[in-house]
Amino acid sequence: MRLIKTKAAVAGVGLALSMAACGNAGSSDESSDVQAAEDCDGKFEEGSKMAELADAGEVTVGVKFDQPGLGFKDASSDVPTGFDIEMAKLLVADLCIDPEDTDAVTWEETISDNREPYLQEGRVDMVLATYSITPERQAIVGQTGPYLVTGQRIMVKKESDVQSKEDLQGEEVCSAEGSTSIENVEKEGMVPASAPDYTQCIEDLRNGSVEAMSTDGAILYGYAADNPGEFKVVGPEFSEERIGVGYPKEEPEMCEWINGVIQDAYDDGTWAKAYEATLGKGGAETPEPPELDDCKAA
Amino acid sequence: MPANVLFDSPGPATIARHRIYTVLAVIGLIGVLAFVVWRLYANGQLEYELWEPFLTPAYIEALLVDGLLVTLEMAFSAVLLAVVFGLIFGVGKLSDHAWISWPCWAVVEFFRAVPVLLLMTLVFYSYGVNHGEGGAYWTVVLSLMVYNGAVLAEVFRAGIQAVPHGQAEAAYAVGMRKTQVMNIIMLPQAVKIMLPAIISQCVVALKDTSLGYVVAAPGLTAVGRLIYNQFENQVPTAIVLAGMYITVNLLLTLAATWAQKKFVGEKKPLEVSAVGHLDDGRAV
Amino acid sequence: MEIVLDNLDLVALAFTYTVLLFLIAGVLSMVFGTLLAAMRVGPVDVLNKATSVYVTLVRNTPLLIVLIFFRIAGPKVGLKFGFVEIEIGEIRITDLFTACVVALTVYTAAFVCEALRSGVNAVPLGQAEAARAIGLPFGGTMRNVVLPQAFRAAVPPLASVQIALLKNTTVCGIFGVSEAFFRMHSFTNSEPGERYGIFISFAVIFVFLVEIVSFFANQLERRWRIA
Repeated sequence: MRLIKTKAAVAGVGLALSMAACGNAGSSDESSDVQAAEDCDGKFEEGSKMAELADAGEVTVGVKFDQPGLGFKDASSDVPTGFDIEMAKLLVADLCIDPEDTDAVTWEETISDNREPYLQEGRVDMVLATYSITPERQAIVGQTGPYLVTGQRIMVKKESDVQSKEDLQGEEVCSAEGSTSIENVEKEGMVPASAPDYTQCIEDLRNGSVEAMSTDGAILYGYAADNPGEFKVVGPEFSEERIGVGYPKEEPEMCEWINGVIQDAYDDGTWAKAYEATLGKGGAETPEPPELDDCKAA
Repeated sequence: MPANVLFDSPGPATIARHRIYTVLAVIGLIGVLAFVVWRLYANGQLEYELWEPFLTPAYIEALLVDGLLVTLEMAFSAVLLAVVFGLIFGVGKLSDHAWISWPCWAVVEFFRAVPVLLLMTLVFYSYGVNHGEGGAYWTVVLSLMVYNGAVLAEVFRAGIQAVPHGQAEAAYAVGMRKTQVMNIIMLPQAVKIMLPAIISQCVVALKDTSLGYVVAAPGLTAVGRLIYNQFENQVPTAIVLAGMYITVNLLLTLAATWAQKKFVGEKKPLEVSAVGHLDDGRAV
Repeated sequence: MEIVLDNLDLVALAFTYTVLLFLIAGVLSMVFGTLLAAMRVGPVDVLNKATSVYVTLVRNTPLLIVLIFFRIAGPKVGLKFGFVEIEIGEIRITDLFTACVVALTVYTAAFVCEALRSGVNAVPLGQAEAARAIGLPFGGTMRNVVLPQAFRAAVPPLASVQIALLKNTTVCGIFGVSEAFFRMHSFTNSEPGERYGIFISFAVIFVFLVEIVSFFANQLERRWRIA
């Protein structure tokens, strides 16, 4: 009973905060209009997860709420924004569900620790939450893609001379406590300086407490875009993250469908447009779409 | 000991000197306060927009309902469970059988010495992550249960030992068994002695719920974090959060003082050290 | 467990930070707390009340909020410790470290003050009366008669306060100091399968450190025991 109560309370925070939101504008232009496909009767094979979702007209997607540019939810809006979200909208729309209809689409916040459990328990139908494809994860959940290949990079103040991680050997670099990024910072010879979250890293960078902050390049571009003229992303990537879509392991038929939708987005330019509207705003050049994994191999 | 034992009733010269000290102290304190206010003002922290969330009904509601209420729920659930945990292990420590008392002693000593934060992370990764949104909530409750339970085990042990020996002896004399002596004679009297200490422990538990921060648990600090990440009003948020914690804790302290007067009388409150074999400390 | 054994240097460095936080904040909180206690029991009414307010406010605020004050809110009002930049081998005392030390000191000093006050209260009335009878002023009474005895009586509660400080240093792991909690969390992240072994190793070291503090406190108490 307490569990239910807590859930209600947590939902209440979101609700209360969005009701009271003070017109924090500037995020709506980050999303593009995705039209729901029409007529899904017979589109999907009988008994497949896609057919089930299309019939129900409801879908739950696990996304991040705290990463500008990728998956971010402003307290004032119902639908999160970012590149992950754009990809998710394409998938949702292919199921003949209107991605803007918050009654039909539930955007469930997932954090790094609960993505696999949520998929296993069936709390979410798919996960697009800066979800790196790794063999360990593929052992317990389905993953396909990648729809984005990125890596950890470094962000410094605009006026800084730092060119790459080589200039930061033995210097303090901020990253979130308990994250993989902060371990990479240490492995690469920089001194880790922990903060509770990346918002605090930005503050520490601003205050000069740290020389730089480091995490996934795509996230950094998001922050750079959020604070124009203040920061710049430098140096090459020093890790490779292949961001993909997570789906329940017992629904392998979803893999071909996801790949198909993403491939279509590559071919008709929707993918590039989504990139420009979200991550591209931070100054990143639109890359070539990454090659998709073969579903049978997974 | 009343303070006036430490010094003579002041004569005219001393009174004059004290007056100077008082004036200096007042000037100093006002100076410090003024400096703080000036720093706040100079850095724009007194601007209305930074404080606006705390005057907006929806945010006040979020702070009170999703913040304070959840924090109180977590703290009280943790303390209630901790009382059970503490009772079992506290009584266990007093057992005549080494195979019971020794493990109980080890468990209590271990959990009193391990930082709550370490415990919380472990519980979160082995339990919390698999239990959805309630996972973080219960992670906090379970970790605090174990820690406060271990502290309370010591309180219970000390409380039982504070019951006069004659009571147990008299009970044995009328032919009661060991468990009867414990359940009918010792515990009821011990509970009265321990009540203030248990309420004080609520203050400790309440403060420690804020550590749920690391496992993204709900509660007052979590709501505060949402607010200051949105409005970048770290200073006002910290002040408001501190104010709320202080108010609630003061009410709890009042309750503890009342319970102390009502059930224990003028005797010294029961105090237990945070760790080791010291008998006069108090958990922080 | 393996990861702990393979990275003993990192573990050692982490606990060095823990111990440094503990020692520096410990000493500072004792000094600051003693000053507070002197004002708390002293003859100047205003200081009396002011310290009482300080102790009440700080004691009822969670340490996390105190840390947020100095580490997150502080820089917003120009409270920065950028002037601190000490490097001894691999150990780096930075502004973030300093902010954590200040927060721990401010927090712990309130408890030190209370512990000392309870120590002063434990000194028999006759002691102070006798001191006054031979003409000692307040300063002399405190310095030569009351405080030495109060410190003795306050050893057990002070030890508790310092042990709590030792455990509280872990909160600094989220705020920019690579101490034991930070290291444990990073180990459990890279080797989730070994998390119980990792936890036990770190917990045992903490138990050990706590026992050391507790041992010294016991020695002190025994040596200083009032007949």
